[in-house]
Amino acid sequence: MSQYYGRLLLLAIMVAFPWLVPHPYYQHLMILVLMWVAIGSGWNLISGYTGQVLFGAAAFFGLGAYTAALLAEKLEISAWWGLPLGGILAALFAFPFGWICFRLRGPYFALATLALNEIMRYIATSWESLTDGMVGILVMQTFISKIPYYYIALAIAAGSILAVELLVRSRLGYYFVSIREDQDAAESMGINTLYYKMVSLTISAAMMGLAGALYTNYMGFVDPNVVFALHDISIMAILVGIVGGVATVYGPAVGGFIMVALSELFRSGFFGGLAGLGKATGWPFMATVTKYVSQAHVLSFGILVILVILYLPNGIVGDWDVLKRALLFRKRQAS
Amino acid sequence: MAYFEARNIAKYFGGLAAVNGVNFKVEQGQIYGLIGPNGSGKTTIFNLINGYYPLSRGEIYFEDKKISGLKTYQICEAGIGRTFQVVKPLKRMTVFENVLTSAFLRNKTKSAAVDLAQKTIEFCGLTRYTDKLAKGLPIASRKRLEIARSLATQPKLLLLDETAAGLNPTELDEAIALIRKIRDSGLTIIIVEHIMKVIMSISERILAINYGMVIAEGTPQEVASNHEVIAAYLGEDYGA
Repeated sequence: MSQYYGRLLLLAIMVAFPWLVPHPYYQHLMILVLMWVAIGSGWNLISGYTGQVLFGAAAFFGLGAYTAALLAEKLEISAWWGLPLGGILAALFAFPFGWICFRLRGPYFALATLALNEIMRYIATSWESLTDGMVGILVMQTFISKIPYYYIALAIAAGSILAVELLVRSRLGYYFVSIREDQDAAESMGINTLYYKMVSLTISAAMMGLAGALYTNYMGFVDPNVVFALHDISIMAILVGIVGGVATVYGPAVGGFIMVALSELFRSGFFGGLAGLGKATGWPFMATVTKYVSQAHVLSFGILVILVILYLPNGIVGDWDVLKRALLFRKRQAS
Repeated sequence: MAYFEARNIAKYFGGLAAVNGVNFKVEQGQIYGLIGPNGSGKTTIFNLINGYYPLSRGEIYFEDKKISGLKTYQICEAGIGRTFQVVKPLKRMTVFENVLTSAFLRNKTKSAAVDLAQKTIEFCGLTRYTDKLAKGLPIASRKRLEIARSLATQPKLLLLDETAAGLNPTELDEAIALIRKIRDSGLTIIIVEHIMKVIMSISERILAINYGMVIAEGTPQEVASNHEVIAAYLGEDYGA
């Protein structure tokens, strides 16, 4: 029961967030976090629970993003239709892709998804008559305020978490995990592993596609290198999953928060702290330090992932007890 | 037509005939033993029945239907369960979750599946391990988990692959008792076993194979006194 109240409290805080923190900059960051929760949940379902490592989250994310953008540009209907359609299209695309590529196992499947990512990016770049190639597509934003976007993002993120939570307790969830643990055993237990892997990927892709369509509506601009980005989307999805906790329902939420916070911390030079320090001290080399630090967020990801793999192999949520013990121990020593 | 029949089945791995023209019939309710020296093709026969390998030649019939050519999961749906010689527990799931996953095959609602899983765990004597992770089980219990998991798919025919290997004498007696209990509950069993004590005491008929070919078939007494079987197990000197 206490867990149930904990979730309600978390939801209440999230709903009240725009009033608690009225500054649009932090609202913007929170929208990004929520978007990553949806992408991370999708990645977690296929890779964490079903054990099929996905290196191409951007393929489905970008498909959703481009669906929304093209609806607005070519058909002149609201990009908001991209939300349902982007999710559906990504799912429809994932199903046949799974049918072909789930004959591959383990790292070979992971490589196939990596290839899919690159193929999609290449198509979006070269098919200029449809996508305008590298120029990208500009979509008019509907709202000036961040608050409507925030609630839509919150709905998508909460929906993704709820979907994963319900799924893993159902027959499907047990089937997914059994496929991860031993595909041959699962097959001899009467589970059509090819089909259930496709189901898992399809649901994942729908979540990622939704997040992509949200991105288009919120940012108002897509181009191939942004929405089909290998490191900024596909690898980031894996990091969100690993840091938060593979195969945990709330892992992607924690992972999304940490990854967005960390990348912003570096990008902004510790929220302008470094620049301030440079001004206050007048040391000229601080400007150089600030410049390099702001470009070092990828380095910080690398260090974080190494630390997580070494000390919290099940992620922050998965190894929460270990983490809590370590923190409490330190506190007791200090006092 | 027999309840279960393998007709002239063969499996070639390149030029090697692992199973070569094997015929046998199993009647409903029987415990049918499959024996042979190491590498004689026993597990390969299971992999052929179970659809893990495609047949190179021949056909397999179960309950008057041809099952050769079906996929592994379809064969399980048709009512043939199997255990693996090298146990394949779903390691990061509890014993209960392992069995529950199987129980979903014929129970679409979770409450019915949970019910069946609990009964099956009790039937196999795994109750005290119910909430333990499968990777922490001792070998005798892992073998039992294999049986529990295949029983939870509610099969009519069960393929047991060396369920008694690696067990101590007490565990062995318990394993034999469990196999008898399964047969008494109405299942037909085909069992591969190395330990003669097990196979001779429980099977009603035995098929002996060597180099992928049948060398003897009959009651345990007939097979045990067969010259070729003795030769295959103990060497030519004893066979003469």
